[in-house]
Amino acid sequence: CLYLSHADKMSVYGPVVKIHPVVLASIGDSYERRNEGASRVIGTLLGTIDKHSVEVTNCFSVPHNESEDEVAVDMEFAKNMYDLHKRVSPSEVIVGWYATGFEITEHSVLIHEYYSREATNPIHLTMDTALQSGKMNIRAYVSAQMGVPGKTVGVMFTPLSVKYKYYDTERIGVDLLQRTRDAPNTTNGLTSDLCQVGGAAGRVQDMLATVLTYIEDVLSGKQMADNSVGRYLMDLVNKVPKITAEDFETMLNSNINDLLMVTYLSNLTQAQIALNEKIVVL
Amino acid sequence: MATPTLDSPVKQIQIEGLVVLKMIKHYQEEGQGSEVVQGVLLGLVVEDRLEITNCFPFPQHTEDDADFDEVQYQMEMMRSLRHVNIDHLHVGWYQSTYYGSFVSRALLDSQFSYQHAIEESVVLIYDPIKTAQGSLSLKAYRLTPKLMEICKEKDFSAEGLKKAMIGFEHMFEEVPIVIKNSHLINVLMWELEEKCTVADKHELLNLSSSNHLEKSLQLLMDRVDDMSQDIVKYNTYSRNLSKQQQQKHQYIQRRQQENAQRQTRGETPLPEEDVSKMFKPPQPPPRMDTLLIAGQINNYCQNVKEFTSQNLGKLFMAEALQGHNS
Repeated sequence: CLYLSHADKMSVYGPVVKIHPVVLASIGDSYERRNEGASRVIGTLLGTIDKHSVEVTNCFSVPHNESEDEVAVDMEFAKNMYDLHKRVSPSEVIVGWYATGFEITEHSVLIHEYYSREATNPIHLTMDTALQSGKMNIRAYVSAQMGVPGKTVGVMFTPLSVKYKYYDTERIGVDLLQRTRDAPNTTNGLTSDLCQVGGAAGRVQDMLATVLTYIEDVLSGKQMADNSVGRYLMDLVNKVPKITAEDFETMLNSNINDLLMVTYLSNLTQAQIALNEKIVVL
Repeated sequence: MATPTLDSPVKQIQIEGLVVLKMIKHYQEEGQGSEVVQGVLLGLVVEDRLEITNCFPFPQHTEDDADFDEVQYQMEMMRSLRHVNIDHLHVGWYQSTYYGSFVSRALLDSQFSYQHAIEESVVLIYDPIKTAQGSLSLKAYRLTPKLMEICKEKDFSAEGLKKAMIGFEHMFEEVPIVIKNSHLINVLMWELEEKCTVADKHELLNLSSSNHLEKSLQLLMDRVDDMSQDIVKYNTYSRNLSKQQQQKHQYIQRRQQENAQRQTRGETPLPEEDVSKMFKPPQPPPRMDTLLIAGQINNYCQNVKEFTSQNLGKLFMAEALQGHNS
């Protein structure tokens, strides 16, 4: 059997693989918890299959043993776990399997065959958790028959393009997790109301600063002006709505009044229930 | 497990990023339609910190799954997870909430049974709607020791609550949360950021507020209605009680008068009847529900205030932007 190593941007044939961040975090976590002596972990990928894409939304690790000449996978366990997962999300099916590590080995072919029995065209995902090449190299493959029919037949793993898909809330969760990168001791607390708005405003400010430096560079001739960027800038400036000052005043004031009234009412309610409690307990 | 102490044994919760992502995904996929989704938290206790390292979701309660054994599901899940070296220590549970309405009898009972069995357990409340507005809303709650005492005695009457001096603010205590990621996950985060462009949705700076306010206020109004009904019930009870006292008093007086008359006429006095059996005292209404409603109202008010303060800030920023323009 052969495997194909390639550059990331090669155009590929086959479904697009969309991965959710929870899957990658799960794989990383199972790698960290692997048994002593195991060099890699494998597991099942769950998700949904579309006409042109496969969306991977969940995964679980499967215990396995690997030695020089043989590999043993706990299939009973895999089936069991899949049943349990199906109870919670009945729409998820087995779409493939994952393995950590950089290369596709002979054992991978055997495991892939097993998964071909479970799913119609299983995806094989590799993630280089040992960072052998300095990056994590998340790749996906599909297997294809190759060779001379009738004579030596082999299996080839063709690469697929990998995209990342986020739900909106996932995006926000991931943003928060990104912030733990910079904190010492890798911890981060959850900020509270006004601080969040301040933080978001700060981020927009940073982005505006980057744009401003670019504009100044272009003006002073240090950089070539790019038309598409110019068009984006036009859109940006036009996005701030042009409202007459009086209209804006009235809008602003009525909104502020609404909010203040609601704040007053909720404070009132809180005082009321506190009083009620004191009276009842008398 | 840490030995129980007077103060809360858990001062801080440390959650792994993986757990956060799993909870978000669970709600997103299975929780549409204002149904709560629940799941179990796994982890371990380190000194005074509760570390949550993994979680798994609980299937929804459906009617056609009558023979579904929850305990069995849990046991099987934990056994399987142990095989792959995931912490299988049960340290709490999580639940999603709709606009902050989670203070209910069911939650109280569940959390009580958890905390009774495992001293350090917490309930994580994940608010998906608030999260969708821009920042992760995750809170960890435990029952205060006072409330635990009351639940143990099952004494929910007014005297019991008065004895323990529980107000609605002392029902739950919030535990601060920090999020921790291992170094490998941090590497993953760097890679993801490289692959995906900057988030193009800045939900947090969204100015529209009326929708959210409307719904929150609607829920608040419903609860206040419940509260006022409760108060009416309590009022009728106390009025009935005092009326009954009066009646008792009158009856005793009449009895005494009659006895005095009979004595003057030389007849045997009527026997003293057991007054308390004749006038059964009315049932005092249970106070626990009132407490829960008050706690819920408090929660709604807090949320609304947070929301309005954020929006006020945003409005002033918009004003500055306009002022700059003109």
